[in-house]
Parts: sequence; C-alpha cells; structure tokens
Amino acid sequence: MSATGAPLEMSAGLRERDLQLIFEQSRSGRRAWSLPPVDGDADELIPAEHRREQAPALPEVSERDLVRHYTRLSQRNWAIDVGAYPLGSCTMKYNPKVAEEVAAMPGFAALHPLEDDVLTQGALELLGTLERALCNATGMARITFQPAAGAQGELTGLLIMRAFHAANGQDRHRVIIPDSAHGTNPASVSLAGYVAQEVRSDERGLVDLDALRDVLDDDVAGLMLTNPNTLGLFERDIQKIQAAIHEVGGLLYYDGANFNSIVGRCRPGDMGFDIVHLNLHKTFATPHGGGGPGSGPLAVVERLERFLPKPVLAFDEGSERWRWDDDRPDSIGRIHSFHGNFGINVRAYAYLRSLGPEGLRKVAEGAVVNANYLRVLIEEAFPTAYPGTCMHEFVSSAKRLKKHGVRGMDVAKRLIDLGYHPPTVYFPLVVEEALMAEPTETESKETIEGLAEAMLQIAREAETDPDLLHDAPTTTPVRRPDEARAARDLKVRWSPAG
Amino acid sequence: MDEMLARIGVSSIDELFEPVPERFRFEGDLEVPDALSEPELISHLAELSRRNKGAADLVCFAGGGAYDHHVPAAVRALASRAEFATSYTPYQPELSQGVLQAIYEFQTLVCEIFGLEVANASLYDGASALAEAVNLADRVTKRDRVVVAETVHPHYVEVLRTWTSGLGTHIEVAPFDRATGVVDWDAVDLEGAGAVVVGYPNVFGLLEDVSAAAVRARDAGALSIAVTDPTAMGVLKPPGGHGIDVAVGEGHGLGNPMSYGGPYVGLFATKLEHVRQVPGRIAGETLDADGRRAFVLTLQAREQHIRRAKATSNVCTNQTLMAIAAAIHLSWLGPEGLRRLGELCLARAHRAADRLSEIPDCEVRFDGPFYKEFVLRVPAPADKLAAAMARQGFLVGPALGRWYDAMDDCLVIAATEKRTPEEIERLAEALEKELAGR
Repeated sequence: MSATGAPLEMSAGLRERDLQLIFEQSRSGRRAWSLPPVDGDADELIPAEHRREQAPALPEVSERDLVRHYTRLSQRNWAIDVGAYPLGSCTMKYNPKVAEEVAAMPGFAALHPLEDDVLTQGALELLGTLERALCNATGMARITFQPAAGAQGELTGLLIMRAFHAANGQDRHRVIIPDSAHGTNPASVSLAGYVAQEVRSDERGLVDLDALRDVLDDDVAGLMLTNPNTLGLFERDIQKIQAAIHEVGGLLYYDGANFNSIVGRCRPGDMGFDIVHLNLHKTFATPHGGGGPGSGPLAVVERLERFLPKPVLAFDEGSERWRWDDDRPDSIGRIHSFHGNFGINVRAYAYLRSLGPEGLRKVAEGAVVNANYLRVLIEEAFPTAYPGTCMHEFVSSAKRLKKHGVRGMDVAKRLIDLGYHPPTVYFPLVVEEALMAEPTETESKETIEGLAEAMLQIAREAETDPDLLHDAPTTTPVRRPDEARAARDLKVRWSPAG
Repeated sequence: MDEMLARIGVSSIDELFEPVPERFRFEGDLEVPDALSEPELISHLAELSRRNKGAADLVCFAGGGAYDHHVPAAVRALASRAEFATSYTPYQPELSQGVLQAIYEFQTLVCEIFGLEVANASLYDGASALAEAVNLADRVTKRDRVVVAETVHPHYVEVLRTWTSGLGTHIEVAPFDRATGVVDWDAVDLEGAGAVVVGYPNVFGLLEDVSAAAVRARDAGALSIAVTDPTAMGVLKPPGGHGIDVAVGEGHGLGNPMSYGGPYVGLFATKLEHVRQVPGRIAGETLDADGRRAFVLTLQAREQHIRRAKATSNVCTNQTLMAIAAAIHLSWLGPEGLRRLGELCLARAHRAADRLSEIPDCEVRFDGPFYKEFVLRVPAPADKLAAAMARQGFLVGPALGRWYDAMDDCLVIAATEKRTPEEIERLAEALEKELAGR
C-alpha cells in the first residue's frame, strides 16, 4: 500500500485478467448506433465500381457492452488522476479539470476551421493573448501554433533554419546535437534534410565545449539544445555555447521539453536562442491522452519571423479585428491541415490564466525543489550519474544493484507492485542503468516521500530477495509481456482466424 | 518547503537555480495577465467563446476537410475518461494494457474500413499522414518524384511541400479536367514517380477513378496513396479494394469535434510488406510471462527513440486520445451503422444539391458522382455570398476562389448525417432570398 492510495486494488479493469477484444464480444444483429432513416435509395447515387461490396468486419455490440468494454479498458491504465507518474522527461503533472470544461464550450469545440475570421474573433483573441504570453516567457518575437507536438515543432524550426540560410545564399549541411538529446532531435534533423552530428557530454554531464568547438565550422546550420538537458542539468556554459554557434553563422535551437524547470526564471531568448519549441502538454499542463494530443508551438526571434508557417495571426488596429494573414511570401508554408491543436491551446490558455505571473514562477520552483527532494531521499541507494543539485529531473543509476543480479527494469517493475508508476528506464543512453525521475511540481511532499520509501525498500529487497524483483510485477493484469516475440511473430491487428 | 530545502542541503530556492548564470536570471514578472479564480476563468472563457459563431450557433453546411458530424454521447463520455486522457505513452505495458488494447483495436478497425493489412496508432492529422505516406513511398521505391492530384485538399498539398522541402522531393501536380472536376489518370505522366496521390473523394466531394490511379501507379513502379474519408467507408469501396498501397485520411469525423481544426487524428494504413517502413507507434499482440495475451508497442526499432537519425519518422507524440474516440465511434456504429452514416451523408448532400440547383442561376458545377459535399456555382462572388449566408444563420463554403483559379463563383456545400431535410429547405430559401436581394 502506498501514499498515493490503492489504485491497483480499486479498479476492476486493472485486476481483471484476459479482457476480450471488442471484436470477440460481437454478436450478429446487436447495435449501439442510433441514426435517422435514409430517404431514397443511396445505392443508386454511387456507380457500381465505387460501391462497397463487403461490409468491414466492425464489431456488433450493444451500447451497454460498448460502455462496459471501454470503461474497463480505461481502468487497465495508469493515469495522472490515478497516481503519481514520475516519468523523467515526460513532465506528467496534474491536469486541471477546469481546462477540460472550457475547451468543451460549444463556442470553441464547434468552430469550423475555415470560418471567416469575423466569426472567430474570440478564438483569435485567445490565441493572440496566448502568443504574447508565450513570447514574453520565452523571450521570442512571434509564434506559430500549427505544430501539433514537439517533434513537429522541431521539424518546423529546422525548416525555418534552412530557409534562413538559403535566404543568405548559404548551403549548410550539418546540425549539432548533444549525445544526451531526445531521439526526436536527430530524427527531425534527418527529416529536414540535414545530417545530425553528435557531440559528447563531458564529465559534468554538460556539452563538452572543446568537442563542440572542434565540430563547428561554416557548414553547421545550427545547434539543438535542451536546457536544462535530459540529465536535468543546466547548461551553465550557455553564453560560450551561443557565442560559438553564432560565430560560425549557425542558429541556436531550444528544445522546450524541459522549459517547465525555468519558466518565469530564465528566458531562452535572453540566453541567445533563436528558435524555441514548447510542449504545451508538458509545461502548460494539458493532458497527454495516452500518447497524444500534444501541442508544440514554435517561437522565433524577429529576424526569423518572415519564415514562419503561414498564415500567422494579425491584429488590425484600425478595425480592431484579428485575422489570419496569408500574405507571407517568405514563409516555409503550412505544416498542419488547419491551425494546429486548437483545443489543446485553449487548455494551455486556461492554465496560464489560472496561474498568472506569480503562479507561473512557482511552477519552476516547485518542479526543481521536488526533484531535488526525491534525489536526496534516494541517493544513498540510487546515486545520480552527476554530482550536485539538479533542475526539474535527475538521472540516477541502478548500477549498484547489478551485483545482486538486479537491473533498472527490475526496479521499475517492482515499483509497480508498490503502487507507483516507475521513472523512465534506460534513458538517456549516456547513463548506465539509468532511472530518470521527474516528480513535477504538482506532487505533494508525502507522495514524494512514499515514492522514495518504496525505492529504498526495493534496494533492500535487491540484496535480500532479488527474485521478488525479477518476478515483479504480480499485481497487474499482465506481467512482463514478451516484446521480442511481439516483433518476431508480428500480430498488429485482430483477425477472426485467431 | 523549508523542511525540504534543509533536507536537500540548501538554504533557499534561489540556491537551486545557481547553475543559471546570473546574467540570464529573469527577475521581473512575466507580462501575463493576473491570475483568475475558477469562476472568473470560466466567465472569461465563456465570454471569449460567445464571440465565436460556429456550428453551435449556425447551421453547418461547411466542408473542405472538416465536417459537422454527430459525436455519439457514449463516445464523448468514454473518450473523455480521465484514465485515458491523463495517461502517458504506454512505455510500461503492465500499467497501460487499456490504451495498448484500444490502439490495437483501433488499428484493426482502420485496416477493416480501408481494406488494408496494417495500420499505425495514428498521426497528427490528415495532412501529416499524407506527408508520412509519401516519405514511406519514396523510401520503398527509392525515388523522389511525387505526382499529386490537383484535387487533393490544397492544404494537404501545401503541408506535403513544406514537410518534404528539406529532402529534395519533387512534387508535381496533376491538373484536373475543368469539365469533370477529376483527374484523367490516363493522361498523367507517371514515369519515374515514387508516389501517386489521389483524393477519395476529392476536395470537390467527387469520386475520382481511384482504380485507374492505382493501376497506373503500379505500372510505373510507384506506390499509390489515397487520401480517404473514413466516414464514407460503409458505402464506398475501400482503397485497398481499388488496389491502393497506402490509405491515409483525416479521422476527426469519427468521434471528435471540429474544434477549429484540432486536435484531429491522422489515419494511416498500408500493406503488410511495408510494415517496417511505417511511421509512428504500432501496438502488437504478444504473450506475457504467464502465457497470457498481452499488448505492447512493437517494431520500435523503426522509431526515433531507438533509431534516432535513421528513424522512419520523427513522430513521438501522436493523437492517441482522438484515435481511441475514433475506435469507440466505429464500434458504436458497427457495419450497419457505418453504412447508414454513409447513406445519410450521400442522401442529404444529394438532396441539398438537387434543391439548391433549382435556385435561378445556381448549378452544381460538376456532373460526376459525389459523396457528402459538392461544388455549387453561384451568380455572385462566392466568398461574399458565404459571409452573407453566415448572417442568415448558415455556415457554407469554403469559397473555392481561395484555392483555385477561375472558381470565384464556386462554393463548397457539405451535408452530414446531422443535416435534416428541413434545414436543407431553409438553406435553399435563405440563399434564394439572399441572391434575389442582389
């Protein structure tokens, strides 16, 4: 039993073994749907060659069956509303309920994306206010809300980098990335047509300045940096880094995955960053939805403004009206079907307005205090990879348990039995047996102490009863699914044959 | 707090921010408005939302990639459950069987409606799904020439151009026949193409000769890609049945509100032979340590967190919650309901077309078969007419002059299963009145 309550015992869905698939509950003739009758013969409206001959094998279930099935599925899940979720780098903070309520208001949820601007003044003003606040918090000039997630923001930012160099008549080929970076960074670099070049971290866990200077030349388009980095450490040489990259004519890109640790206390623009993406689903507390939706607005300094995806927001002083400005000849072009994940941006706006400037500043403070508190509580058993205080997250190592035959993943699985979602395991790649924890500012002191207690208990169990850890978890509907088998005997859809 | 700081071994919070160089410490207050309490916040947002006029205030006959479909009460209730909404990517499968199984069911449903063998866990939206499909085709064929029908949604084509601009992909547009509104695929040069893209239905709501596009693509050694409306799959032959290699589409119409264009959900399905080139997450079935059926994220060696610079895509966060809503909606519909949905869209759109073309000087611009939207030629500038119709209580459009030359008098009219014969009659009367007053 844990300080977070007893979620595993509480929910029937999590306890239940072998839940059927919706297809296996299908019975011919059952239905949940309710739609009006059709006037006339619709078949005649489609030429034979376009008609569907064989109906798709969708399940036939009653609405009651449907509701029970998906309710039980929902219960077979950990969630922020169930308990603490200290996944490092993922920023699983509590998502305020009021944000859900306002995003569902018909004046937002029922807006068609191609409506005349005259009809959407409230939505545009909301985005305009959000843009000003985010520009102010990042120290940037303008923002596009089109990117639906951080990685899409990265691609957008790198394409802007390309457009900038092209406008200067330069053809550069490489983008520099620290070895501790998220995988999306190098993947986005490739997608933007650049070559990703890694620089190693030094013994402090920070960018190795000498190694960086060695790779910098006029072929380098830019440097992507997460600051604080994925080790939870602030790149304190940022002034030298920004001077070095700018000296060779490159641009400095800020990966906002960890912006929650500095919001209100330090601004990427002041540090010399030219391009910034934010993950609103992290710093601005919008729900992650089992892996999405997110929202990854991209901000730039003034000299890059003309390259932003079009349209951009504009406010006409004369008519006092907001509008979408499509007349952007230097724009890299559109990156989303419409205006990005508007519904998520409404939630982020609600969060921002509920916090105000003081509340926002406390976000970073709380995140950093909570992470350091957890760090010191467990450091005896799980030392951090790099000494000293951390920012909003830290990477500790389970390597001391290796002598008992226990690995980081065993610690994670045992934590599940003790009522906690584990930290991120085996990332970043530069730390052996990495356990990356980020409690976030919304967890209480008691929860952090409970989590630490559980981790210390596991460290003791590793010595006395390692099999307890090897066999974990035992309280979940499934235990250690065979991932190699999943990839080998590939089954990625249900079929009646089994 | 003091207790925590003491345990950490620092005397103040500022000490924890010591690694931030002094010159970069931001001491002021951010220029964001002062904090609002919950009731204040709700009134403020209610006030902002009331300054918008959407499908809740006006009768929506607007199309062009977003549609006013019915979201069943059960879908709304289930998809908004906090256990789905506030969970993370299922990296710990024991704690995520619900999301993983829901994704697995979603993948199965997408395969079924599109008539293809493998689907992923979703992408951002229809446009990004198209861009990813083109990149898949280019990897598979090792070619970089892409032929896109001019009748694919212009925003999607623009996103495709932006998305692939760093890769040097050559995107060419196959023009549509101005008389029919569709592409004559026999007249298109596909030599050396890696991908051929067709809209199904196209941006005018028309049924293109998808089979011809698929056959011509195959003969040219290219993969065929169909941007497909999933709501039509109860009545239209699936893209897989036409021989299409990759089906993508915008899935918001299945269980997700219009929400000013997002969050939406990109659908992506293809043939099994291409599974290792598929972008994004895929849920797979396996056995657990006790031999029980279990679900995991699989083939992760394709993905950015493993393969980094060599990944099939940079996508990490996707639109899982929207995908779950789509899965619930498709399960609510079943085969009969999906068919009824398609029949209603067809019937209502055709009723609207018949009725509106009775208005003097109005005509349906193209004669070919269409699904849930059509192009109405009107005796007035279409953009101004659309604005006037909003004042009459109707959302129509888009006006096609924004996208196509010589179509300033063309207006898209869409009708979903929600539009009633009475609303169609009222729309016609209002349009008639508006035009008569000009």
